[in-house]
Amino acid sequence: MTNSNDSNPTVKQQRLNFEIREGSLLAKILSPRLFLMLVGFIIFLGFWHLSVEVWRLPRFAQMPALRTVVTEILSPNPTYGISIFVGEYYQHILASCLRVFIAFALATILGVPLGLFLGWSTKFREYVFPVFEMLRPIPILAWVPLAIIMFTSLEAPVIFLAFLASFFVTALNTMLGVESIDESYFRAAKCLGAKDYQVFLNVVIPGATPFIFTGLQISIGVCWFSLVAAEMVSGQFGLGYIINTSYTNVRYPTIIIGMVTLGFIGYLTSAMVRAVGKRLMQWRMRELALSGN
Amino acid sequence: MNESVKTSQHMGRGQISIDNVVKIYDPEGAAVMAVDHCSLEIAAGEICMIVGPSGCGKTTLLNAIAGFHSINSGSITLDGKLLCGPGKPQATPGSDRIVVFQNGALFPWKNVLDNMMFGPVMAGKMGIKEIKEKAFSMMADAGLSGTENNFPGELSSGVRRRVEIVRALMNDPSVLLLDEPYRALDSLTKSVMHEALLDIYYKNKVTIFFITHDLQEALFLGNKVAIMTSRPCKPKKVLTVDIPYPRSYSVVTDQRFRDLMEETSDLVHEEAKKSFAAGEREG
Amino acid sequence: MIRSVQKFFFNRSSRRATIAIIVFLLFWETCSRSMGWFGFQVPWIGKIPAPSAVITAWIPLLTDSGYWTSWYLSSKRVFTGFLMAMILGIPFGLLLAINRTAYGIMFPTFEVLRPIPPLAWVPAAIIFWPTAEMSIAFVTFLGAFYTIVINVLGGAQSIDQRFFQAARSMGSSQWDIFKRIVLPATVPSIAVGASVGMGITWEVVVAAEMISGGGSDGGGKGGGLGFFIWDSYLGGSYQQIVVGMISIGIAGYLSSSLIRVLGDHFSKWTRR
Repeated sequence: MTNSNDSNPTVKQQRLNFEIREGSLLAKILSPRLFLMLVGFIIFLGFWHLSVEVWRLPRFAQMPALRTVVTEILSPNPTYGISIFVGEYYQHILASCLRVFIAFALATILGVPLGLFLGWSTKFREYVFPVFEMLRPIPILAWVPLAIIMFTSLEAPVIFLAFLASFFVTALNTMLGVESIDESYFRAAKCLGAKDYQVFLNVVIPGATPFIFTGLQISIGVCWFSLVAAEMVSGQFGLGYIINTSYTNVRYPTIIIGMVTLGFIGYLTSAMVRAVGKRLMQWRMRELALSGN
Repeated sequence: MNESVKTSQHMGRGQISIDNVVKIYDPEGAAVMAVDHCSLEIAAGEICMIVGPSGCGKTTLLNAIAGFHSINSGSITLDGKLLCGPGKPQATPGSDRIVVFQNGALFPWKNVLDNMMFGPVMAGKMGIKEIKEKAFSMMADAGLSGTENNFPGELSSGVRRRVEIVRALMNDPSVLLLDEPYRALDSLTKSVMHEALLDIYYKNKVTIFFITHDLQEALFLGNKVAIMTSRPCKPKKVLTVDIPYPRSYSVVTDQRFRDLMEETSDLVHEEAKKSFAAGEREG
Repeated sequence: MIRSVQKFFFNRSSRRATIAIIVFLLFWETCSRSMGWFGFQVPWIGKIPAPSAVITAWIPLLTDSGYWTSWYLSSKRVFTGFLMAMILGIPFGLLLAINRTAYGIMFPTFEVLRPIPPLAWVPAAIIFWPTAEMSIAFVTFLGAFYTIVINVLGGAQSIDQRFFQAARSMGSSQWDIFKRIVLPATVPSIAVGASVGMGITWEVVVAAEMISGGGSDGGGKGGGLGFFIWDSYLGGSYQQIVVGMISIGIAGYLSSSLIRVLGDHFSKWTRR
């Protein structure tokens, strides 16, 4: 006997005939988030396909079609020479990745200590930061001719440019990280008898780490940005190089392949940096987890 | 046997003399006087509560003792030695006077054990094994066993406060400086923390310099209570709470306690009104 | 005037900054002249034109109309692209922040496209847009657009939920909530995004000018400071390269400062 105020429980039960377990794969696929995401992608790709091949909008006349790009990238014998089955493709990827790796590593090894000292020592900051801030506004690509003049090899200018961009971002963010550390931690350390170098090791470095990693994520993005630009202007091999030469040699679908690859690898490297950060900052992860993030 | 050793170690240590201290912020500019010829005597092993409205300058006094701020005139001595005064406007922070901060300053990147061991490890006078043993025994005393591998971010604020106090005590300080440590806690947790603090006090008998705006907290914990004026601060009235230790929370309903509350709450309220009228900002 | 100069030198940090810059310039001068002075050349830095040579090359340029036209062209591109990025980016960012469905649909696509460096879009942009000017504007727009959207989103998402609850419980309308809570909270983030975005815009403009003016598209068109630098390089006047670099640095710094000042002003205005 059901109370007339309740909604009919048997009807409800019938609708949810099978229960979707929370957190199961099926639940994830049917989740609104994933669904919306796919809708977004479909709209974007659909628009691309429709505008080039179906509606043939005049503006899009010369754009490579979605179908062409997809068949090209997946074909073992690509018309324009680059696909996932061609060795050359991976050579270019490797070339770019290697350059980014060297540039980013150098920028981090030099930039983080510099940033730490800039934040830690007022004296050091007052001397060094003005010069740093004078050089920083110069866009990285403006350094290209100078880099070519300075370095005799072909690789060095490209790596130098990526390094420079990365270096400024890393150093600046590290400095801001040190400055963001609450005064109380310094005071507590001093009360507990820590000497200057001990404060540096135990408060400055761990305290700045969250900011440092945010900076590193921005830094690797900037590194890719500069690398691609440098490769487009000078250099052989590399994804920027492919994009540029594909354009000059009228191999348009390859441009898109280059762009997509760049996007994908850029995202991967960024995620890698983020993952390393999470690993090193267990304490922060737990703290954030507890505050409901 | 252990208790008497501890008390004799701390007997006679931690006597603070605050003599005519003046602190003016930004003397060439806004010239805000925070502390106005303040004099106060704190005996060794005493719990001295400083009560006053927000922003009156009590934290400045604490910071002067700790060595975070300089003073403009007057002097502060600890066990006869000059902390700051003529010729030495700012004290050097050290492990004889350790501060427990208002918002907590446990290092978030170190777990509880490492936090506790920090002071002695920095000092380098004891071996790591010894320090660890001391840490575990003090944690057990304070009821903190089992938290050694947790990070501060994982603990509740009440537990964090206790850890911070024990971290300070690991260094055998003469004075514990507490700056409204229980301000952010709810009153239920507060009452538990009070009893926990007294418990630690009985076992360690350090001098405690405790800032609060909560009169009941002051009367329950302290044996000397200094009621400060609104900014610039100086002691308006100093009284001794003659309720014997050990005190349990039931003391709050005793006649003597209520008499003391009556005596003092008017004074405190008066200063609070002045402070409110002056539009004091928090601090 | 004398008083402010005096004040400048009494300030310890200004003194130190001046000393540092002088030392830096002397070091540079010495390295660049090392070949002539010491007989051996300092590696890398030795090949850079000396500051004295740079200044000597700069002076005649100050009266050269072509030089200032380059300034004008680059600045025009920067501000056009930047303005477009702001006009489209702020509403887009706010939309994503307010509407969960819009966020769900559009943000993933946005995030997938974001890692592609704006410069990688140059060839595609040239194919797509009828004029070189528009392709540069598009690429410039992209650079700043991403930054601004991310910053607006971040600002809006960090608004404490309780403000919304409080407002709703007091009966505020959607529009009211938007005007009085969302907007004031996001203006500072917009200001930060704009400032960073401005820097990126300069990077992209210079790059685009060099690539399309000095790269595969052949010289002679485009103009602007980026092109100026590339042209100087091709023409062998290395001192002018450095002149160009410093000019852009100054231009970039000025525009970033301008944005920052505007941003602070608006932040205060919304806080009223």
